[in-house]
Amino acid sequence: MLYFLIRRILATIPVLGMVALFVFFMLRLTPGDPAAILAGENGEPHQIEGIREALGLNKPILTQLTIWLGNILQGDLGESFFFNKKVTELIAMRVEATLSLAIVTLIITLAVAIPLGVLAAYKHGSWIDRLVMGFSVLGFSVPVFVLGYFLIFILSVQLKWFPVQGYKELADGFWTFLHHLILPSLTLSVIYIALIARMTRASVIEVLNEDYIRTAYAKGLSNKVVLMRHALRNAAVPIVTITGIGIALLIGGVVVTESVFNIPGLGRLTVDAVLGRDYPTIQALILVFSLVYVFINLLIDLSYTLLDPRIRY
Amino acid sequence: MEVDSAASAAAASRPRTVLQMLVRNSSVWFGGVVLAVMLLTALLAPFMGTIDPSNIDPIYRNKVPGTERMLRLEDGSEVPIKHWMGTDMLGRDVYSRVIYGSQISLVVGLAVAVLSIVVGLVIGLVSGYIRWLDGIVMRIMDGLMAIPAILLAIALMSLFNAGLGTVIFAIFIPEIPRVVRLVRSIVLSIREEPYVESAVSVGTPLPLILIRHVLPNTIAPLIVQGTYICAFAILVEAILSFLGVGIPPEIPTWGNIMAEGRILFQIFPHNLLFPGIFLAITILAVNILGDGLRDTLDPRMAKRLG
Repeated sequence: MLYFLIRRILATIPVLGMVALFVFFMLRLTPGDPAAILAGENGEPHQIEGIREALGLNKPILTQLTIWLGNILQGDLGESFFFNKKVTELIAMRVEATLSLAIVTLIITLAVAIPLGVLAAYKHGSWIDRLVMGFSVLGFSVPVFVLGYFLIFILSVQLKWFPVQGYKELADGFWTFLHHLILPSLTLSVIYIALIARMTRASVIEVLNEDYIRTAYAKGLSNKVVLMRHALRNAAVPIVTITGIGIALLIGGVVVTESVFNIPGLGRLTVDAVLGRDYPTIQALILVFSLVYVFINLLIDLSYTLLDPRIRY
Repeated sequence: MEVDSAASAAAASRPRTVLQMLVRNSSVWFGGVVLAVMLLTALLAPFMGTIDPSNIDPIYRNKVPGTERMLRLEDGSEVPIKHWMGTDMLGRDVYSRVIYGSQISLVVGLAVAVLSIVVGLVIGLVSGYIRWLDGIVMRIMDGLMAIPAILLAIALMSLFNAGLGTVIFAIFIPEIPRVVRLVRSIVLSIREEPYVESAVSVGTPLPLILIRHVLPNTIAPLIVQGTYICAFAILVEAILSFLGVGIPPEIPTWGNIMAEGRILFQIFPHNLLFPGIFLAITILAVNILGDGLRDTLDPRMAKRLG
């Protein structure tokens, strides 16, 4: 087990190293000169030269790479030229909003998707099943910003149940905080619910054909106990796996949702950084998001032994 | 495995049955028909009762759907028109903009699907067959996969000046590893098949083995995958435009119309509503088509995903 743990953690290093290399070369190997793009259409040659120097682009490429990697390993993600702040500070300021949005979304998703998927599997072939599957296809197809504005228009503008846009920090009081977060989280969760409900259904249907389920029914156990204790537990591994893979969707969704609901988080920062061509910030954000994504999937891999004692490493 | 290859061989020798299966599948029908209507709309945009989508008219700005008025043409004559989707904040006809916007969405969807399939297929075939290359290629793909696709597309847009070509590039790069992995997994299972082994033993050169034996096995899964990539590309293009980092704002795309409509959406929701509905229906149709194709062309994958 310990051997597996170490090997699995070590396996993430080349992946993250590749991400870092990619992020580094993304800026250097593009046909256009980033310094010239930054200087704008009316950029003077000496301004371009100045930007090149500030970015370190005038040094040999391997020197640049060593300096850059060294700085990252020391936790220094560079300085934003758009906000004139350290990128780590910028991220720290914005992380609460994004993290809150992601956590509330995850809670809503799991609370809705898993019961929905189990129900559809239990009623396999019935109209409930078809309804859940129909919702799942629909959930994949309605873009998050279309859905977001639709919900804002109905629930906030017309019915006035929720604030239209904006974000309140946890320090402003838990209920105010939650009140502002429900609509964005609901919007963001739809595609994620569609994904997980579908996988839960498929996975539970497979388990329900197993002999031990028939035995459990034969013992006289109730539907609820069979479904929850026997079926769902045995179906857990694929469900948890897809939840981890879906984090990528969630991260993409955060960027869009924060723009729709005007939430000052990391997603909004990403868009602002791209619009301002703030390369150090863009690079840092890709690194941070990818690190989170890889790390969550690492945790999920490690959790398999807890979910399914048959899995041993 | 024997049953499987026998079944696929039978299917290959009787292509008519696959076609009949496709025709009988209601998902293929629904998705195909909606998509065909969208394609026709995009191709025939100038003849769909549209006016110039960039025709600005400040007097008629922010009109609700159904507003009628006289439009002065270039030769001075006036014709009555009806803005049945209303006008935007510059007085442009939303209906015309939505119809013309379908062109960009479909071009991006098709281009990204074709490009990522072709590039992914080549990389996947080569890395599945050449062992020493496989390790390197797969590490690069793992790195690419670790960056969430939408985030990568947005970030790539910061490197270029916005335009149709760069948008297609930014959306297609994150899709490559998914195709490569799919192709490689097929190659790895096919290369152990007896008929490939016998081809190797009679001295068939590698490129011929790849083209004659491996390539045909990838076609069905790639058509299915390509459909899903197309749907995703249409979605991401709209997201990029909507966020202001995609196609330049003067070109009507569904994302751009919505990006402009968001400012006044509380009073005039029609600027968001109509492009949003078109976008959602198009993506839905492509996804449903993909599900139908998967069920008929790739039953093993269909069974796994339910």
